[in-house]
Amino acid sequence: MPVVSMRSAVCLLGRFPALAGADLDVDEGDILLLSGPNGAGKTTLLRCVAGLVPLHSGTAFVFGHDLAFDRRTARHELALVGHETFCYDDLTVRENLRFAAAAARRPNAAADAALERLDLGRVADIAHSRLSAGQRRRLSLAVALAREARLLLLDEPHAGLDPTTRETLDAILLGAASEGRTVVLASHELVYARAIATREARVVAGLVQGGLAPATTKPEPKPLEVRA
Amino acid sequence: MSILREARLVAAKDLRIERRSRVALQQIVPFGVIVLVLFAFAIDPDRGLLPRLAPGLFWAALLLASILAVNRSFAVEEANGARDGLRLSGLDGAAIFLGKAAAIAAELALLELVLGVGVIVLYDVTPRNALVLFLTAVAATIALAATGTVYGIVAAGLRVRETLVPLLVLPAVTPVMLGATRAFESALGGVPSEAWPWVQLLGACAVLSVIVGVLAFGPLLEES
Repeated sequence: MPVVSMRSAVCLLGRFPALAGADLDVDEGDILLLSGPNGAGKTTLLRCVAGLVPLHSGTAFVFGHDLAFDRRTARHELALVGHETFCYDDLTVRENLRFAAAAARRPNAAADAALERLDLGRVADIAHSRLSAGQRRRLSLAVALAREARLLLLDEPHAGLDPTTRETLDAILLGAASEGRTVVLASHELVYARAIATREARVVAGLVQGGLAPATTKPEPKPLEVRA
Repeated sequence: MSILREARLVAAKDLRIERRSRVALQQIVPFGVIVLVLFAFAIDPDRGLLPRLAPGLFWAALLLASILAVNRSFAVEEANGARDGLRLSGLDGAAIFLGKAAAIAAELALLELVLGVGVIVLYDVTPRNALVLFLTAVAATIALAATGTVYGIVAAGLRVRETLVPLLVLPAVTPVMLGATRAFESALGGVPSEAWPWVQLLGACAVLSVIVGVLAFGPLLEES
């Protein structure tokens, strides 16, 4: 069973079909890169999979849960790293992480491990409002790690990261995939993203080109190819 | 995780934010006190009206301050996409409702203590029938917090949220205001036994508003 399966998925932003009939399969252990121009629907696709944008028509399943009827259940198993941190300004880095971990039914140890993994120990007791932009990006990733999610959805994860953190991110994503977790990332930083992706799908005008998984059940790294 | 444990997690988060930001302590409580003082100035104390009007003025001041508390509770969810984070957290909508309502209720309870002292000092009121006063305060606080939380999420994400919340909440809590004022009047200066029907009304309002919140908050959060 694919981790994510969409057929003719349509999502509206107002009246605008940001997803206009997308087909997508993502298998366990995949690192799927979503590329495409600005406004093509990559972010909407990620938010749809996360259940933040309702499905207007078509079908979408995440871990077998039908998003047309239940957008909440699958959220225990996924994490979204978006343009915003989803954190509280008046809470410290550690408090934000522990809240995210506890909400996902994970122990404080998971939050503390994420803190160390993203090298946020020095700012652990600093309020979110006082973090730099780069530190906020790292905190977003740490929140996703603290949730120990089986599906990681990342929107422009390489943007705003220094080289060291970028390497850490790549190692985390490759490590997650090797553990059988699934990664879907939307990116314009194709040099970095293609280096770790096992598949690439191009999103254009709300449609996913090359989004259907290969027939093999076990994902294999394959030459990167953009199908327009 | 049970709903109550999730609710406690959300309430602890909201109260920690308030303790850190001190908005409740430095803005909402002073606002309530200022309203009480203004009423005292507006109504001539020499005519002996203040002690008789004290119950209504107390609850009016509390209600106005509670609007600020509700707006504040949902304002913290606007920054950094925190409301999306709350949806993504996987927490049960009913638990989020109970947690947020509990945090607002705790803030209102603090405010009631301060305003209670204010009424005694400024309006020359002598507290009597502590049980009636206590039960009235508990039921009214739960009803106000629960109703405010429901309408807070209805208005969440709208650009007109801060002005819309009072328009939605004030009519909805009219029975609570009426019941709480009448119960306080009976307890403080009237016939104490006449307070009990009003306390029962408040209890019904509290139960009803909590049930509506538990059922409706999750879907409203998804659509917000």
